[in-house]
Parts: sequence; C-alpha cells; structure tokens
Amino acid sequence: MSNAFLVALRRLRAPIILLVLVFSIGIVGLALIPGTDAAGHTWRMTIFDALYFMSYTASTIGFGEIPQAFNTAQRVWVTLIIYASVIGWAYLVANLLTLAQDRSFRTVLEVGRFRRQVRALREPFYLICGFGETGALVGRALDTLGLRFVVIDILEDRIQELDLLDLAQDAPAMVGNARVPESLIAAGLTRPECRGVLTLTNDDQANLAVAISVRLLNPAVPVLARAMSREATANMISFGADHVVNPFAKFGEYLTVAIQSPGIHRLITWLTGLPGTTLKPAPAPPRGHWIVCGYGRFGAEVVRAFRGQDLDVTIIDPGEPGLDGLRVVRGLGTDAATLDQAGVRNAAGIVAGTDDDVTNLSIAVTARELNDGIFTVVRQNLRANHALFDEERGRHLGRSCDGSAAGVSRRRRAGHLASRDERVRRSGLSRRAVPCRLSGDPS
Amino acid sequence: MNLEKVIFAFFIIFAATLNFGFVIGEIDNPLHHHVWEFFAAFVVNVVATVLKFGDRTQVGATHLATSLVAVLQLTAAALLWTLAPAGPDGMIGAATMTGIVSLSAGALLANIVSVVILIVETTLQRR
Repeated sequence: MSNAFLVALRRLRAPIILLVLVFSIGIVGLALIPGTDAAGHTWRMTIFDALYFMSYTASTIGFGEIPQAFNTAQRVWVTLIIYASVIGWAYLVANLLTLAQDRSFRTVLEVGRFRRQVRALREPFYLICGFGETGALVGRALDTLGLRFVVIDILEDRIQELDLLDLAQDAPAMVGNARVPESLIAAGLTRPECRGVLTLTNDDQANLAVAISVRLLNPAVPVLARAMSREATANMISFGADHVVNPFAKFGEYLTVAIQSPGIHRLITWLTGLPGTTLKPAPAPPRGHWIVCGYGRFGAEVVRAFRGQDLDVTIIDPGEPGLDGLRVVRGLGTDAATLDQAGVRNAAGIVAGTDDDVTNLSIAVTARELNDGIFTVVRQNLRANHALFDEERGRHLGRSCDGSAAGVSRRRRAGHLASRDERVRRSGLSRRAVPCRLSGDPS
Repeated sequence: MNLEKVIFAFFIIFAATLNFGFVIGEIDNPLHHHVWEFFAAFVVNVVATVLKFGDRTQVGATHLATSLVAVLQLTAAALLWTLAPAGPDGMIGAATMTGIVSLSAGALLANIVSVVILIVETTLQRR
C-alpha cells in the first residue's frame, strides 16, 4: 500500500466508522421490526434483506420497499435511518474533500509520484539540485543531448517552470530541500542509473551539504558543485567534490584568456559551448587599462584574474575595498565624474559588474558616451532582463560596427555538459556559470 | 489514560469475545449459534479493522492484517449463511452450520492473535 493511501485511510477513520455504525443500527432495526403483509400475516426481514435495503437506501438509489410493502412502524424506522445515513455520507464526502485540499496530503501524493517516476527510470540520469537559471540551462542542455535528469528544488515555482521549458523528456521533479539526504535518496542518488550529481543552488552551504551527502551515500557518483566563495570551494574540495565551479572566478579567468590569447579563448568556447550554438565571430577584448565597477564577489574575482596576468586595473566601488596596491575610486560608476576619475577616456575596457542590472547598463552607456571605442563587459544578473541587454548591445553595434562584428555577445553559463568532446567535457565541467555577457567593439 | 487507546483496545477485545461466544457450542447445532451474535461479531470486527487503518509501524501492519483476515473469514461465513437453503422446519442445516462455525473459528484465531499483539505491545511500552 502506498503512503498516500494509508494517510487517506487514517484520516477517514471517523466517517467510515460512523457509516458502519449507521448501517448496523439500521439493519438491526429493520430485521427486528415486524412487518404486515396484505393478508395480515406478520413477517420479518432477514439480515441479508435488511443489508440489501440499507445499501440501496443509504446510497440514495432507492429500489422501493421489498420484499413487501412496509407498515407504518417500519416506515418510521426507515425515515430515521435515511437521515442518519445521509449525514454519514455527507460527513465522509466532506472529509474526503478536506483531505484532497490538505497541503501535507498533497505533498505525500506528489512525493509518491516522484519516487515512482524515478524508480521507473531505466536509463542513466543526472541529478540536478537547484533549478534556478543555471539549473534550467543545464537541464535544457542535457535534454538536447538526449540525457535524462531528475530535479530537486526548494521552491515550488521553479518546479512548475520545468513544465514551461518544453523538454523532450518528462523529467521527474520534486519540491524538496537538497540538504536533507532523504530527498536525495528519493531522487535516486543511490540507484545504479545515477551518473552524476550537479548541485547548482545559490547557497554554498546547501551545495556543500549535497556534496557531503553524495560522498557518503554513493561515493562512486561524481559531484559537480557550484561555489560562490573561495572558502566554500576549498571546503568542498576537501570533502571530495569532483568538480567545484566558482562561476565568477571562471569568468575572470576566461576574460583574461580572451585578452591575452583570443585564439585559445575561441577554442574553449567552441569545445564547451551549449549544444546547438554556432560559433560567431567575436572581437577579442583589447589589452590596456581596464576599469572594474563593483568589487563584490564577481568584481573581486575579475580583478584577481587581471592581477594574475599583470594587467592594469582600476576599481570603482562605493564601499572601501581596502586593497593593497590598487587604484580605487569611490562611487557607483554610473556618473561621468567617477568614470573620468577612473580614467575611462584612456581605458581599453570596462567591466560593469555590480549585482544590479540597471546599474550595469547605465555604467556601460555612460562609459561609451565618454569613450566611443571602449570594450564593455556587462554583467547580466537576471535572465528576465535579457531583452534590455539585447537592446543595449544592438544599439551599440548598429552605431559603431560593421556586419562582421555582429553578435559579439557571449553568454557564460553552465553549459559544460553540452560539449561533444568527452574529455573536454569532463575537465571543463564548469567552465561557465555566470550570467554575464561580453559586449565588444573591435574598432 | 487515553480515550482513543481505550476505544482501540475495547473494540479489539470485544471482537474476539463476540466471536468466541458465537463459535462456542456444538459445531453443527444451530441452536448453539445465534445469528444476532454473529451479526454483532461481524460489525465489531469491521469497526476494529477501520480503527487499525493508517498505522505505518510494523506492529500496526500486523494488527491490520489479522483484522482483515478475521473480516474475510466472517464474510465467507455470512455468505454461506445467506445462500444456503433453509431446512423444512425453517432451521439451518447441520452441514451448513458446521461450515459457518468453522469459518468463524478461523476468524476467532485471527482475533486471538490480534489480542495477543495488543497485550504484548502494551507490556513492552511500560518498560
């Protein structure tokens, strides 16, 4: 028996017992009360007759008075039991409806269905924990490659969005906390078909918890974890995560690779791109003086990458980054004065990397007004703002570029599994996970 | 003391006692086995079964299984009683009565198991 059925029976105990009692009392009365037939003889119902009569009366079918017409005493009793049984049914139906709307009961139903779906998976599958923008992108890429996957996310909205992705497969998905090992087991972690776990939540602690659970529950399965900070990365590696991806660090690394050796960057893009993407002509970011706006998690990693390659960089940040040997301009970067102070007129490129999309767009537009030839890298935080970024890029290109430079944007996201080359795929499992785009101008 | 537990134990023991009362007597003598006692045993067994619904523990599952067995046996006995032709004196035949009582005796065994589980469970909880 499934859990849901047991829970339902448990909740319906009271109405079922009430109905059993109403039936029993009705049967006893019917069988005991003497009837009178047309000839004036006394007759009694057998217990079976009484049960038969009760069954069709209580269920409102009403075949009439059989085997013979009732006398007044019998009709009085029948009147009473009709009301009693209707109340009993109504009570049962009300309980059923309450149960169907009960949140915990529906959760039990959904979890049961999810477990069945996972158990029915006979092909290798990947387990995705966290189905935000990155998770959805990975899911779509796996789907394109014909690989199955199972999803756990803590938010119900994200699970519902899975239906809108228009996938070729019906991926099992559950609302659940991936930190709880029980959820991971329900999602098939311990099954032999499970080929890998990708933990892509935006919470480093949750990703760490998943990595540990996988190591302990099914050590043979590789784990790919997303980490936003250096501490979390180190922690996850010490717990044996196979691949830890810090999307911000990866982006910084790629940006510097693109500056120093565009050919290598192009090769990486080619080998690790999402399935179905075409390699577009892209201008290399120029060498020279760079400005980084926003010294948060993203900005810090980009600056670290720049400094690792001995590139000249100035930071614009409203806070006090407190960095040794770096030029820091206080401000947001959206106004001309701050940008001027950071040397935008002689800069080769600018990275608009705050955690606010509007601010980033504003920085890019202002910077280009001051320096028409500047290479802009704009961080897009939310996928929903896609249209704004496309528009901004299109206007910029239309003004200053020829056709060959069209489509210079490159999205950096978790698309590693999408590669066709197995080796590159393995080693580059997380080349990209940052919602960022490069927007450049070759002039 | 918990009223729910009292009701639970009450129905389990009541199902067993009624069943015992019906079964006791000469196996083929209809005078020793009253139909209303059978009816009462049947209804109380059904109620005891419903009370056992939804307990997910191993003991709860065994409890429910014993009750289902008892109800099944009693249902078979009831069908036999309903379908068997009555004798010329309106009384039920000795052969039929034997069948009914032996089916009910099977149900009694299931009810005894149920009572034993109840007692063992109660004893273990006190420790």
